[in-house]
Amino acid sequence: MSDYNFAYLDEQTKRMIRRAILKGLAIPGYQVPFASREMPMPYGWGTGGVQVSAATLTPEDTLKVIDQGADDTTNAISIRKFFEKTAKIATTEKTSSASVIQTRHRIPEEQLTEDQILVYQVPIPEPLRFLEPSEIETRKMHALEEYGLMHVKLYEDISRHGAIATSYAYPVKVEDRYVMDPSPIPKFDNPKMEMAAIQLFGAGREQRIYALPPHTKVVSLDFDDFPFEPSKADYSCDLCGSENSYLDEVIVDDEGGRIFVCSDTDFCSSRQSINSELIYE
Amino acid sequence: MIKVENVGKTFTLFNQENTSIPVIKEASFEVLKGDCVALVGKSGSGKSTLMRMIYGNYLTNEGKIWVGDTNIVGASSRAIINIRRHILGYVSQFLRVVPRVPTREVVAEPLLAIGKEMDEAFDIAEKLLERLNIPPALWDLSPTTFSGGEQQRVNIARGFVRNYPAILLDEPTASLDSENRSVVLDLIKDAKSKGTAIVGIFHDESARMDVCDREVDVSNFSPKLDS
Amino acid sequence: MSELLLDVRGLSKYYGNRIGCAEVNFDLWPGEVMGIVGESGSGKSTLLNCLAGQVEADFGEVFFNTRSEGMKDTFQMSEPERRMLSRTDWAFVHQNARDGLRMNVSAGGNVGERLMAVGSRHYGKIREKAVDWLERVEIHNSRIDDRPKAFSGGMQQRLQIARNLVTGPRLVFMDEPTGGLDVSVQARLLDLIKSLVRELNLSAIIVTHDLAVVRLLADRLMVMKDGYVVESGLTDQVLDDPQHSYTQLLVSSVLQA
Repeated sequence: MSDYNFAYLDEQTKRMIRRAILKGLAIPGYQVPFASREMPMPYGWGTGGVQVSAATLTPEDTLKVIDQGADDTTNAISIRKFFEKTAKIATTEKTSSASVIQTRHRIPEEQLTEDQILVYQVPIPEPLRFLEPSEIETRKMHALEEYGLMHVKLYEDISRHGAIATSYAYPVKVEDRYVMDPSPIPKFDNPKMEMAAIQLFGAGREQRIYALPPHTKVVSLDFDDFPFEPSKADYSCDLCGSENSYLDEVIVDDEGGRIFVCSDTDFCSSRQSINSELIYE
Repeated sequence: MIKVENVGKTFTLFNQENTSIPVIKEASFEVLKGDCVALVGKSGSGKSTLMRMIYGNYLTNEGKIWVGDTNIVGASSRAIINIRRHILGYVSQFLRVVPRVPTREVVAEPLLAIGKEMDEAFDIAEKLLERLNIPPALWDLSPTTFSGGEQQRVNIARGFVRNYPAILLDEPTASLDSENRSVVLDLIKDAKSKGTAIVGIFHDESARMDVCDREVDVSNFSPKLDS
Repeated sequence: MSELLLDVRGLSKYYGNRIGCAEVNFDLWPGEVMGIVGESGSGKSTLLNCLAGQVEADFGEVFFNTRSEGMKDTFQMSEPERRMLSRTDWAFVHQNARDGLRMNVSAGGNVGERLMAVGSRHYGKIREKAVDWLERVEIHNSRIDDRPKAFSGGMQQRLQIARNLVTGPRLVFMDEPTGGLDVSVQARLLDLIKSLVRELNLSAIIVTHDLAVVRLLADRLMVMKDGYVVESGLTDQVLDDPQHSYTQLLVSSVLQA
């Protein structure tokens, strides 16, 4: 018996959030306003993701929380503990064992299935915000599908840097209709967004929820002569040897020594245990 | 080609106690193709006024003015623009100078306005400028700094750059030396031989005698002020 | 013979009891430039804004000859339609270039935006067109990546013109296009506008208080006072032989340099 309602939020709030989620799923990529609640963590610490997870979780779920791909950062641990305490649900670090995965700024390397839900923490949901500060104007632009300005941003990148310099939060067009900010995931992860799992996006401070149903068409914006490239560091992981995962650069000494390791800790450790099994066979 | 029928004009000056000044009354005359008619009369008799009325620059209060098939009086702005573009040319007494536009372009403008290719238009303009003794060094400059005589010659070139069926000339030989005067008179004669109907105001009597077939005395159309 | 481009009937805008503009009627054909002159408070800017759809009129109709559906009342159009129109067939050159440009986007980006807004997706071609247009408005192509913040007033205004004309609009609205610019700069701008109008067979509606501008650019003229059009006709006729008392006053008040 807990002092908290299941997953902290009261049932009416969860209902309101679920309505927003359903709306978001019905209109992929469309930002649905919702009444973001005061949570026990400040804005900017994942309150949007936490509210969406709270509304989505059932007692049978198994939750995984990652922060930049890692299960063991302070924030990932805090949020996991939060739900352990308020929902008493099972938690895990293994991607394949989780039914709900809350993530900050990465998509797990392992392919997700139709039985899973990926919840993203989103700081700024509006992809046009930096070019057009007016909310009224950006809402109109989405409503009227006026996305020329988005390409202006990419044009500016190329003119200034010779290439589209946006390396994370790379804007995408969803189902040929809405332009969406995928949250600050590296552009390397963009292609993964066409997946079998449900993807939910929560922005607590900005009070918006958006969603992608399974197998939604997600296309990264680009120019015909400057096509989108999901690039990553040209190295392999120094721990598990993977050549296809997104890497973190880690400085190991004060002489500038560095190694590259998978940002997805579960993915890396799984590969490492397979490797060690192979060695010991 | 041009037919003026019982035309009258009155100026009303609202800001000077609503004074009404009638200037033209019951004016009528005709100009056929290849004809050159001179408007004569003492200063202030309304020669320029009548010419401007034919061009549509001044409104006509009574009567009709036929240019080709169109009655200018009461015609729509669009119709008059069309007539000015294709049928009726006008060489005013003074060139209205616009800064920055090179002389060549000033002269070529009527051709460019009807869609002639730039090269062709400039070519024709340059030939005319040459004929009028405007040296090539000046073709790239704006006429703003030219002398009165030079400006007048540019003005004339502009008026003759197209083969209009009819043209109006307001003192075309004023401020010109004798050499340029005869060039202009030759231009007028050339136009005449091509069938252009011409109405001109010539202060210079000999010029008038040289090119004009008839004279129309505008003082005949002066309203009697005391009645 | 070309078809009528714009047909304005009974256009009126009121601010409570005050007249913004009242019962304005005129038509406009391709390649024609219409000037609207008047002093402050005459209603000329109100009229322009109503015509361009920037301000909602109270009465009247503005029929525009759309490419796909012929004459349509723009007041009856849906917002997406009107916005599309203002990005393609129409252009609005503001008095203050800052209102018509994105100040934190490069010159090339400013010119290319309308192209990208109607679906251009080839960076190289967009840039080519931007360079072409900058040249046409006499901005050196080395400035293509500079922000308008770094431009002089005259350059900003020319950039605004390039930005507006790149999609080949058929009707351009201009609100005091030379206002606030130095006289020498004005001359250059007017010259540019005149040649672009002729080259592209544009129609334009230009609001100005400056009679010299209107004499240079406009074929036809409407004189406004207290919201009403008091006289209209050929530019040279209205200015040389004004019939209405107000027009006569206006014309005689102009100082000769």
